[in-house]
Amino acid sequence: MIDLVWLIPLFPFIGFLICGLGRNILPKAAIGIIASLAVLASFAVSLGIFFEFNGSTPAIIHLFDWIKVGNIDIPFSFQIDQLSILMLLIITGIGSLIHIYSTGYMSHDKGFGKFFSYLNLFIFFMLLLVLGSNYVIMFIGWEGVGLCSYLLIGFWYTNGAYADAAKKAFIMNRIGDLGFLIGVFLIITTFGSVSFAQIFPQAQGMVSGDATLTLITILLFVGAVGKSAQLPLFTWLPDAMAGPTPVSALIHAATMVTAGIYMIARSNILFTLSPVTMSIIAVIGLATAIVAAIIALTQTDIKKVLAYSTVSQLGYMFLGLGVGAYTGAFFHVLTHAFFKALLFLGAGSVIHAISDEQDMRKMGGLKKKLPITFFTMLMGTLAISGLPPFAGFFSKDEILAHVYEENKILWIIGVLGAMLTAFYMFRMMFLTFWGNFRGSEEQKHHLHESPVSMTIPLIILAILSVVGGFIGVPEVLGGGHWLSHYLAPVFDASTSRLSVIELSHVTEYMLMGISVAGVVIAIIYAYVKYVKNSHVPLADSEERSVLAKISYNKFYFDELYSAIIQKPLNVISEFFYKIVDKAGIDGFVNGLGKGSMEASKGLRLLQTGNVGFYIFAMVIGVLGILIYSFFKF
Amino acid sequence: MDSITSTIQVVPLNHYILLSAILFSIGVIGVLIRRNAIIIFMSIELMLNSVNLLLTAFSAYSGDASGQVFVFFIMALAAAEVAVGLAIIVMVYRNTSSIDINILNRLKW
Repeated sequence: MIDLVWLIPLFPFIGFLICGLGRNILPKAAIGIIASLAVLASFAVSLGIFFEFNGSTPAIIHLFDWIKVGNIDIPFSFQIDQLSILMLLIITGIGSLIHIYSTGYMSHDKGFGKFFSYLNLFIFFMLLLVLGSNYVIMFIGWEGVGLCSYLLIGFWYTNGAYADAAKKAFIMNRIGDLGFLIGVFLIITTFGSVSFAQIFPQAQGMVSGDATLTLITILLFVGAVGKSAQLPLFTWLPDAMAGPTPVSALIHAATMVTAGIYMIARSNILFTLSPVTMSIIAVIGLATAIVAAIIALTQTDIKKVLAYSTVSQLGYMFLGLGVGAYTGAFFHVLTHAFFKALLFLGAGSVIHAISDEQDMRKMGGLKKKLPITFFTMLMGTLAISGLPPFAGFFSKDEILAHVYEENKILWIIGVLGAMLTAFYMFRMMFLTFWGNFRGSEEQKHHLHESPVSMTIPLIILAILSVVGGFIGVPEVLGGGHWLSHYLAPVFDASTSRLSVIELSHVTEYMLMGISVAGVVIAIIYAYVKYVKNSHVPLADSEERSVLAKISYNKFYFDELYSAIIQKPLNVISEFFYKIVDKAGIDGFVNGLGKGSMEASKGLRLLQTGNVGFYIFAMVIGVLGILIYSFFKF
Repeated sequence: MDSITSTIQVVPLNHYILLSAILFSIGVIGVLIRRNAIIIFMSIELMLNSVNLLLTAFSAYSGDASGQVFVFFIMALAAAEVAVGLAIIVMVYRNTSSIDINILNRLKW
């Protein structure tokens, strides 16, 4: 089965070709089925590999030699180990659910075939990213998912704002990708190879805090910051919500944005040996978690709330990576994939039902009209808030416990962030599903539960959000933490180097108690504010308090970037365009052309056609030469 | 051969040079100021022959026959040139009923 790993990315690629080429020929139903089957087939192969693989060393499947130049040998090969298997399961599993959901969600769209071909292409690249056995193949996937993200954000490209959002995502990702690329170059010069299997053993022999290693990891982290939407490059992700909702669920919540975390987890040994980078990652992760959570508090667009919540949760994952909780961070990737995909798909179901309305101020009271959506989203919300026994509780708790070992202050801020998470998520739930309907009569008349193709993925994801955490129940709660044992071979080299302070059981209970209590308080506060007092967020025109204004306007990040980067860049571009290019270079080149034209115009007059004149000129010339040679000697 | 050489050497070399220069200048001036194609042609012949004369004189004075060989070459060349040139002039005349050289103005770009 492991030898068949090449089938996994091949299926979606074939699906992409069929859907893309046949988008105008094939009927919609066929396209939906082919695209979904392609991903399901990959899922089946992934499952087979999951059950078969139990080695402690990664299996390398060599497909063909790709680049062989001098000392550099870059084979096209795939690496199968516990980390990539779990990523495969997430991508193909959640990917196929979202494909099925999309057949319902996109059924009225005329770009149906195009949508599914992009979606399949995305799955293909994402699989390449996680399967690659070296940084170069990973980079192909890395760029490919960026491309698909761009295509899908700008899927409704006739809307100018959506097309701009796509460009923004692409450009911001490019900044990060540059860091990643330079990091890979540095890896080549340092280790003479790009294959994980050759780099990591070499790295294990290096001293902790090695300057080159620190530089490499910082550059790789820059790549992760771009792809996983961390401070200061996070502003593209909320704008990316311009894409269709299944895209937000698949790319901008469950899979692509976690590529940065996957990459760091994959290179864990490099990061473990660079304590400076680890601290940077932890601080940036936490700052992102808090900033995004604060912004999410006042957003009124249901997808924007979820987008900022994604940024915030990604921040938690980086916080986990930063304190060395690789398993915890990856656990959170897993559970987050379940509940955030669920929440996005639920939001999509709401938007679908309410005639493409995304403003929560115009929702409310949807509990009875959309019972399945409501119930599944409630599961997701409970999971993301971190209430036991839902999935998010275990993963977030594991990260926070590690943070507590490392640094108490970071832990306090982290718990505050968790409280904010619970508050804004329940605010969203209360505004959407409780109270009275605030939309127009027409929307009210049109309200309906989504079709089966959409509700089934919701239900499956809701079940996963509830039970998904049980794969990592910590010992203190009587679990065996299957996940940490399963992933142990991948993180072995790192865990043996990190100093582990064993927390006493009492402390662990206390930590859990505090975070759960905080979350419950936040939920009660949200309940009082939005259900008891039926508070509805203010309209855009109304005056907000200073703090609310800062949060509502996203800390003015976009304005800040516009002022310090975009505007000066425009001025410089204008200068180079008008002065250097137009006046300087064009002036010089055109001047040469004009000059020879003018000179020819003058010289042309010499050619009169009068033969006598020619001869006269010739004689004068001969005489001139004679006189010259006469005087010269 | 000796008698021809000695005959040539009766006249001092300077006179040959002077005569050739005068003939050449007459040829040049003729080409420059006349517009009749035939006359221009004759002036060119004059220039060629002045050079021939000079070559012969130098050849005789320096006792080297190659100069006179050169003269024969030039004569052959001049004959060929005349054949071509006269043919051109005939064509010009047929087309324009004139042999005024200025008619060739039309050949400019």
